[in-house]
Amino acid sequence: MKFRTFAMFVGPSVFLMLLFIAAPLISVFLQSFQITQPVLEVQEVETCTPGFVTQTCTTETKTVPVLDDAGNIVTTTEWVGFLSYARVLQFDRVGEAIAAGNWGEILTIDFWKALRFTLTFTLVTLPFVIGVGLVIAVVVNNLTKSLKGPVIFISLLPFIITPVIGALSIRWLFYGDGIVTVWLEALMNTDLSIAANGWAVEFLMMFYRVWHVAPFAFVIFYAGLQTVNQDTLESAIIDGASRWDRMRYVVIPHLMPLIVFITLIHLMDAYRAFEEVVGFSSQAQRITLQWLTYDFLVPDDAGNRAISRASASAMLTMIGIIIILLPPLRRTWREHKGG
Amino acid sequence: MMIRNLLLAGAATLAMAAAAQADCAFENAQEVTMLSAGFEAWKSVSEAMAECGNVNAELDQEFRQKQPAAFAANPSLYQLGGVSNGTITPLLAEGTIRPLDDLIAKYGENLSPNQLIKVDGQTMAIAMMVNTQHLMYRTDIFEELGIDVPSTYDEVLAAAAKIQEAGVVEYPVGATMKSGWNLAQDFNNMFLGYGGSFVNADSTPSVNTEAGMKALETMQALTAYMDPEYLVSDSTYVQQQFQQGKIAMANLWASRGAAMDDPNESEVVGKVGSASAPLAMAGGAPATTLWWDGIVVAANISDEEADNAFRVAMEGLDTDMVTANNADAIWLVQGYQPNDMAQGAIATATASPPPAAYPSTSQMGLMHTALGNELPAFFTGERSAEATLEAIEAAYTTAAQEAGILE
Repeated sequence: MKFRTFAMFVGPSVFLMLLFIAAPLISVFLQSFQITQPVLEVQEVETCTPGFVTQTCTTETKTVPVLDDAGNIVTTTEWVGFLSYARVLQFDRVGEAIAAGNWGEILTIDFWKALRFTLTFTLVTLPFVIGVGLVIAVVVNNLTKSLKGPVIFISLLPFIITPVIGALSIRWLFYGDGIVTVWLEALMNTDLSIAANGWAVEFLMMFYRVWHVAPFAFVIFYAGLQTVNQDTLESAIIDGASRWDRMRYVVIPHLMPLIVFITLIHLMDAYRAFEEVVGFSSQAQRITLQWLTYDFLVPDDAGNRAISRASASAMLTMIGIIIILLPPLRRTWREHKGG
Repeated sequence: MMIRNLLLAGAATLAMAAAAQADCAFENAQEVTMLSAGFEAWKSVSEAMAECGNVNAELDQEFRQKQPAAFAANPSLYQLGGVSNGTITPLLAEGTIRPLDDLIAKYGENLSPNQLIKVDGQTMAIAMMVNTQHLMYRTDIFEELGIDVPSTYDEVLAAAAKIQEAGVVEYPVGATMKSGWNLAQDFNNMFLGYGGSFVNADSTPSVNTEAGMKALETMQALTAYMDPEYLVSDSTYVQQQFQQGKIAMANLWASRGAAMDDPNESEVVGKVGSASAPLAMAGGAPATTLWWDGIVVAANISDEEADNAFRVAMEGLDTDMVTANNADAIWLVQGYQPNDMAQGAIATATASPPPAAYPSTSQMGLMHTALGNELPAFFTGERSAEATLEAIEAAYTTAAQEAGILE
């Protein structure tokens, strides 16, 4: 392909990526080192609260932002170095916990609590997503033609359902007097409170993620299975290889690039888990890094947002993804060079 | 949550289209837009406004996150806003709502002085109702077991123990303790009940005090009588627990009272009574906060639009609306007849000493968030009371430094 043709095809995409991905990223990067504050002044303000008959008025000193002539808040922006990162990471409290020999205390600090859960969540769901996806793909591949269509459709449903709806439907099965909880209670003759138990909530969140993402792995593997060399399989049968041997020595090596691909995608997605926290209202028990960033950004009743800490938290999440992607990427790179 | 809001908003818009121009003093030709919370009282008000035609009201329980940005836009995305004494803070601070005195002189002949929310002499909002968390209890259960209506939290605990022993309901007590805003508000009630104050004069935090410790102790004692899943329990959850006969008492929002007697939803119609919010300590104020809900008009719209929107809003806040929806709230509008369910809120607000109004300050917003984030670790047992209060103060201090309130 001529360079000119190549550039004309790729140009628009590169431009949009610069505009909508690179530019915001740079902006977030810069904001994580800045703090923008309104200029505040203290005023005596009289405010009245209605009662049933008359009002009660109180004069309080309030901190209010200064407005300029156009009615906008006057703000100052300062470069603060790594201050916001330090406020997110809270190394001082980590240090105190370690000095006191109280390691569990570290996991009550938001960032570390979120990191612990996010890593567990990502790494535990990964083998299940690949395993379940592979099993469905092999089973579907061995079905008779007439059954394949309907089974593929049903297997894909969890992936098609809107994530929040999927999470809510599992939540409703288990939380409070959910159907499954009632069954389990009858079966084991005890009183269960799933949402009150952090580990149960954590398990449900992982279960939901595997249920939701396995169909994606299934589709990819199913496509891969169509290209397995039939001659190799047949010669393996003639050599007396069992079903398991054929799977292990022919099919899985053939699917290896796809397994690496799904691993990459899943690590990236799971590390940014967010809808599970919302769907399962797990804020009290388990939070993810992405949710932490969101929580910094949400304004409180008085309209305050922690934009600088949110930016720092977003950058830390991105660094985390890069680190977690390094091993599979290096593997791909080595194979690429070796091949 | 989101889906329900969308459905609510959709349903409200449809209802409005149907009821348009039924009973309004004038025919509204311009579009009027409003963003407010989604509970019953707002549905009634927005439906009454819609009778004038061309009203587009969005009722959204997540309104507090949308409102500041929507009103800061120029022109503002909504002409009218439904606020409470908590959520008016950013609008006031950013100057995105307008003084209403001229408009009141023109159209506000039916407003009582009690409804005018004045900030430094200017009327910035029109209050339509007051709201507070007070005790709701199952009259039939209390009568059957011969328990007096509790007036302090010690009595609440004693009553809960008796009810649990009798085994008449699944859990004796319900509470709005969903982690985040609700849990923080529950702490606020108890903390103020023990005479605490959230920040010192110099904006430094002061929750790591005796009042803070006692508030946590009492809250934890109460959780022993609750559904163990209380950390996901918001107002709607507690309301449903009542409606399904699962709990015997709760300190719940007055605005939820009408739902107890809704025969379409409730199995306990006529069996839920109301009383003043219990005292946390003898001689103190009831352990709760006073709130008002009302209407504001955006600053970033033309005077003509503001004039028209205010006129429509007044139609929504008229006596006809209150007569038709008397049970939905403790209305401040003329023509309101307090019913049985309102007695609890009235007893709470007229108590001596009276409970504090929720402080609408920037510091309180930061404190509320810090409380909402740090309290759950105490209730899940990961952290002691003392460490939790320390963590709250640390979180508040960091946020206040970032917001420029503390050095």
